Amino acid sequence: MEALWLLIPVTVLLVAVIGGIFWWSIRSGQMDDLDGPAYRILVDDDNPKDIKSSE
Amino acid sequence: MATKSAVEFFNYKVVRQFSVMTVIWGIVGLLVGMLISAQLMWPALNFDIPWLTYGRLRPLHTNAIIFAFGGCALFATSYYIVQRTCQTRLFAPALAAFTFWGWNLVIVLAALSLPLGFSTGKEYAELEWPIDLLIAVVWVSYAIVFFGTLAIRRTKHIYVANWFYGAFIIAVAILHIFNSFEMPATLTKSYSAYAGVQDAMVQWWYGHNAVGFFLTAAFLGMMYYFVPKQAGRPIYSYRLSVVHFWALIFTYMWAGPHHLHYSALPDWAQTLGMLFSLILLAPSWGGMINGIMTLSGAWYKLRTDPILKFMVVALSFYGMSTFEGPMLSVKTINALSHFTDWTIGHVHSGALGWVGFITIGSMYYLLPRLYGQTKMWSMSLVNTHFWIATIGIVLYVASLWIAGVMQGLMWRAVNDDGTLTYTFVESVKYSFPFYAIRIVGGGMYFVGMLLMFYNMIKTIGAGKPAEAQVPVAASAHA
Repeated sequence: MEALWLLIPVTVLLVAVIGGIFWWSIRSGQMDDLDGPAYRILVDDDNPKDIKSSE
Repeated sequence: MATKSAVEFFNYKVVRQFSVMTVIWGIVGLLVGMLISAQLMWPALNFDIPWLTYGRLRPLHTNAIIFAFGGCALFATSYYIVQRTCQTRLFAPALAAFTFWGWNLVIVLAALSLPLGFSTGKEYAELEWPIDLLIAVVWVSYAIVFFGTLAIRRTKHIYVANWFYGAFIIAVAILHIFNSFEMPATLTKSYSAYAGVQDAMVQWWYGHNAVGFFLTAAFLGMMYYFVPKQAGRPIYSYRLSVVHFWALIFTYMWAGPHHLHYSALPDWAQTLGMLFSLILLAPSWGGMINGIMTLSGAWYKLRTDPILKFMVVALSFYGMSTFEGPMLSVKTINALSHFTDWTIGHVHSGALGWVGFITIGSMYYLLPRLYGQTKMWSMSLVNTHFWIATIGIVLYVASLWIAGVMQGLMWRAVNDDGTLTYTFVESVKYSFPFYAIRIVGGGMYFVGMLLMFYNMIKTIGAGKPAEAQVPVAASAHA
């Protein structure tokens, strides 16, 4: 299975990258508030009454 | 982070373009699917024209549905979501426009080259090397636009939907590049860098992850935005959605070998693929429950809102096919199901039910907003679409389940003296009525898509392309 000599390093590298991003997401405060973001997208009003029609 | 005095508008144009093409490519993809499913019943329907033969049109069908219909839907929704949740305009708008024209050029080239017989023979990666290069260029541009927009966001937090889209963009880039290593011989012919079982292993590492990241992760991003928005309620558990994300991407990469059970692939690699497939059940169902429970306390909305019906049924099919998938990857079950129409039934419960319905629901949310309307031109037509398509899927999937199990049992039936009880062609003959039911089901789904197209044209006709202002409060870390 020579293909694994390619696929496993690629996967390991990828997991390292994912792990790095995971680390960053914790350190940079992405996970500080895990309730608010769910409400915040609802506060963002994308209904057409705020939409000005133009060309 | 700088507050600009000038009024800014979201880039809705590219979202509009991709949204309209989603519906159009959906119709094209379904039409080709109808034709080839009819050819299984009446082979004469290829009219003895090489371009219309099953072997050439089948990859056109899969490419049109996955990359044209699904791809355009993902471009449209990701560009919309990343702008709305980051409260900023798209980064590099010219590059975003290029992704639209580039991606659609890829699709047109696929629609020409596949019927002409140019194919690498790798499933879901059939396109020849010049198109592969174009895909890579478009995809890198997509990544620049998407991650660039994240980088200039005006909110501190990156909403979970963007994480799913981001993972999808990165994973598809890596999968596409590594699977497409090939040596060009002529402009229209290349040879894979891998040979034999190595090629099969790389191909299904790509193939199943394409399902995982293209048809699952990315559409989960769509789900995590449009289900709460349409329901007017926050996602059931935001915490669970974050766990769902990290669990899914850390475990997805090695499910591919389950496509190669009982093949020349080493046994341990097959078993590994099976194990990872079984593990996937947990994060998948976590996400499904998270989506459905968003409606907890608001179930009454399902009575009156056909868009929510699309989304909830999509989640139900997501739950069903992510249960069925791991089960089919178990080697003993796979011994029965492999090569039968059960697999086709499974794929279509995911494609028509999950991918199709979450896309249709999201498009019904999106289209009116993109054209300054409060809702689609006819909500009762949306409701009709929902019922006709739902019944269509049930007919499609149930008939192929029955046909598949029947085929599997017939192929393995052995007489006392060790000879086979049935010839192969007998299993084909007995499948005939189920193929007929499948076409009826697929036809209903197709009719639903035509209704959507008509509704879309009417909605666009009644409105004008909308320009939505970026909220001013955004700059103050709302």
